[in-house]
Amino acid sequence: METLLVIVIALLAVAALTQAVRIFEISSQIKDSDSDVKVDDRDNNTQGWLMLLFLIFFFGAFAWMLWEYMELTLPQSASEHGKDVDNLWNISMGVIILAFLVTQPLLFGFAFRFRGNKNRKATYMEHNNKLELFWTGIPAVVLAGLILYGLTTWSNVMNPDNEQEPMVVEIYAKQFGWQARYAGGDNELGYANVRLVEGVNTLGVDANDEASANDIVTGELHLPKGRPVLFKFRSQDVIHSAYMPHFRMQMNCVPGTQTQFQITPSLTTAEMRQDPEIVAKVARVNELREARGEDPWEFDYVLLCNKICGSAHYNMQMKVVVQTEEEFDKWMKEQQTFAEMMAD
Amino acid sequence: MEAHAHHKETFITKYVFSTDHKMIAKQFLITGMIMGIIGVGMSLLFRLQLAWPDKEWPILEALLGKWGTDGIMDPNIYLALVTIHGTIMVFFVLTAGLSGTFSNLLIPLQIGARDMASGFINMLSYWFFFASSVVMVISLFVENGPASAGWTVYPPLSALPQAVPGSGMGMTLWLVSMSLFIVSSLLGALNYIVTVLNLRTKGMSMTRLPLTIWAFFVTAILGVLSFPVLFSAALLLIFDRSFGTSFYLSDILVAGELLSNQGGSPILYQHLFWFLGHPEVYIILLPALGISSEVISTNSRKPIFGYRAMVGSIMAIAFLSFIVWGHHMFVTGMNPFLGSVFTFTTLLIAIPSAVKAFNYITTLWKGNLQFTPGMMFSIGLVSTFITGGLTGLILGDSALDINVHDTYFVVAHFHIVMGLSAIFGLFAGVYHWFPKLFGRRMNKNLGFIHFWVTFIAAYGVFFPMHFLGMAGLPRRYYTNTAFPMFDDLADINVLVSYFAIIGGIAQVIFIYNFFYSALRGKKSEQNPWRSNTLEWTTPVEHIHGNWPGEIPEVHRWPYDYSKPGAEEDFVPQTVPMTEEEMASGH
Ligand code: HEM
Ligand SMILES: [Cu+2]
Ligand SMILES: [Cu+2]
Repeated sequence: METLLVIVIALLAVAALTQAVRIFEISSQIKDSDSDVKVDDRDNNTQGWLMLLFLIFFFGAFAWMLWEYMELTLPQSASEHGKDVDNLWNISMGVIILAFLVTQPLLFGFAFRFRGNKNRKATYMEHNNKLELFWTGIPAVVLAGLILYGLTTWSNVMNPDNEQEPMVVEIYAKQFGWQARYAGGDNELGYANVRLVEGVNTLGVDANDEASANDIVTGELHLPKGRPVLFKFRSQDVIHSAYMPHFRMQMNCVPGTQTQFQITPSLTTAEMRQDPEIVAKVARVNELREARGEDPWEFDYVLLCNKICGSAHYNMQMKVVVQTEEEFDKWMKEQQTFAEMMAD
Repeated sequence: MEAHAHHKETFITKYVFSTDHKMIAKQFLITGMIMGIIGVGMSLLFRLQLAWPDKEWPILEALLGKWGTDGIMDPNIYLALVTIHGTIMVFFVLTAGLSGTFSNLLIPLQIGARDMASGFINMLSYWFFFASSVVMVISLFVENGPASAGWTVYPPLSALPQAVPGSGMGMTLWLVSMSLFIVSSLLGALNYIVTVLNLRTKGMSMTRLPLTIWAFFVTAILGVLSFPVLFSAALLLIFDRSFGTSFYLSDILVAGELLSNQGGSPILYQHLFWFLGHPEVYIILLPALGISSEVISTNSRKPIFGYRAMVGSIMAIAFLSFIVWGHHMFVTGMNPFLGSVFTFTTLLIAIPSAVKAFNYITTLWKGNLQFTPGMMFSIGLVSTFITGGLTGLILGDSALDINVHDTYFVVAHFHIVMGLSAIFGLFAGVYHWFPKLFGRRMNKNLGFIHFWVTFIAAYGVFFPMHFLGMAGLPRRYYTNTAFPMFDDLADINVLVSYFAIIGGIAQVIFIYNFFYSALRGKKSEQNPWRSNTLEWTTPVEHIHGNWPGEIPEVHRWPYDYSKPGAEEDFVPQTVPMTEEEMASGH
């Protein structure tokens, strides 16, 4: 990969250099001559061929990128709804890649095929209703399909039907960090407002609200596999965005209001670490880290901030752990409730 | 008008406070180019940072001073550079630089008018733009740095200096600059609309307008309807920042300080902003599409395919562009049903866009293509318009947007479809109308080299970014080193930065060619591209009032290229129809 990169760059550098030399040559000859400004048949021929060459190079580069870069993209979804989203993604991508592969050759191919010369006469052609109807109709039909499929998926993602009551978890954002608050046994979050932030009560939870006593505030997000989780998002200062790419989830955290998103984790952290794509990724990353003398990395899910929020936006993260129900319950018992925390 | 032409002209009235649309076009172009150099230069600086985050670059210390101590870029100034880069490219280069130049140059010349409806308002429009540019540049030098909340300047980040230093004086100047800019845009746009409606020469019916004029006309309408909304958004933001109101602010605790604001909504700002913001991308794109329609038809020596469909799709796109703004806000917590509506309207835009793409391609079919540099850039535009437009189908689909919103996938999408297409349109326009602007010709070989290096570098920069986004890499990150999961993306970032540097250097060729040719290039003949439109019937030397004698009358549409029965492969609009043509209706 790296060698390829170096080769490409070297080639480009050579090309740039020769071009630079050519420029100097040309610019030293710029004079009042027609041949420097008038496009003639020789130019049409060269440029036409270059169009064709470009097309080949372009598609070659595209294939190369698919080959080299697709493995760098996100692994399978770790949430239930994410599977539907990924299906929709793959189908939409299929459609647009097909359109790309059809239209670009038409464009550059025609450019090559009809490159001008003295003996050619263009065909006078104003319009053709049949043809135009055809290429208005095709996209319209394909789009109707995509829209229908997209809207169904969207509605399933945003309004999941709940056979099981989802566990409520608040995600709290501020410059530049995250916290989670679990609703506890009553599954109801106590009232909270930034005006109540004081000392250890960094989320501004109202101690007088009965529902708040068994709330649990943590600095890591633990989730049980297979149980629906309803996230409620809040922010204390500017807009942040809770982005959990492995779960195909993103929602803004907006000061002064509350937003929400529900997911059902479908793979534990341990399971995801076994995923072949993740295994390969960890190996790749650790090779790089070793070369730099850094500690090896172990895969973990992560919550990132994805809305510009200030100087450390690039480093606003929280570890996410998906566990089995038992592991999760055990972890939960070890945490302090809000009441205990305030009593300390 | 006639009387006007006899006025004595001084240096000041001719070159500075000119009311002549051709001079004003040049003023817009040169100012836009200077802003473009600043904007692109900034992108190269932050590309250095993204590709080589640990490296010390003396050039950063030299250019950024205290924000680049020891050659390491400060995180806040990274955000500032991204913000100002975006602002400059979108507004100063591709709105004012593109529309300002070509609407001014071409509207009077192509419709057969002696000048704009109001030369004075036109002059004001330029000088407001100039003042706005000056204020924006000054904002780079204030103590705490320029605005750094992203070019969309979402509050509360943009409202609170405690949240990011750029939201102090820098942001104030940003707002002042943009207010001046909006005034400039509105003055310009009103003038364009009135001129197109009222000053067309005899015979120039709306259906005989070149597609360039249609594009500029619809663009101006978009601007008049949407810029005032941005102005109100900015005004409320100014109130919140300086006068303690709470339009956008509520329940905020920042840097240890509890603010008293209550009841406002940051989301309100986004609705107002994107009500302009989305039409704005078409304000940028439509003129480029108009320019390429003209250039492609002329150099294919063929009528533009489906003239009526082209006009229709411009109008359809313009109309739809007002009801899709919510696709920028799918993850703000908006009502899911509203999200569905915006998904529906957004994906509809694909239909007129596809019609345009197919019509361009069909125009090439069975043509006699003359590969002038303008033509090359127009073909490049069609390519990027398709490539970038297709990924819009992904982003417009709310269920998919949650995956990649605010990642590099978006950066790839909008740069290709809007940034590259519009820049290519701008280049195509400059190469094509250079003889009209300066009476001289540009060097074609330098043009070809400029095209190929720019085209390849442009795809090289932005195509790989799709994969970065699909790996979950967020945009507006100062460095990607804080997450091990992004470590293996470093190679792509390096590759992208190399292409960015190559692309940047290629622009030197253009600038050299531009200035050399403007001063010393070969003198142009009157109609160098053998084109049909009216601007080529004016004398090469600019005169006040455009035509020395009567304004010519128009007898036909502008696209009679290679018409069977005609002697030459073009029939200018001023040539009366023959008997047979009359009989057949065209
Ligand atoms: C040499 C050419 C260019 C390069 C290398 C480049 C690169 C970039 C990069 C890397 C970003 C930052 C992405 C992020 O962190 O969010 C960016 C942002 C942006 N660029 Fe460019 N760009 C170039 C040209 C253009 C052009 C022609 C336009 C015109 C539309 C443009 C408009 C923008 C906008 C609107 C943003 C977003 C700014 C923001 O996030 O606030 N750029 N560019
Ligand atoms: Cu952030
Ligand atoms: Cu939009």
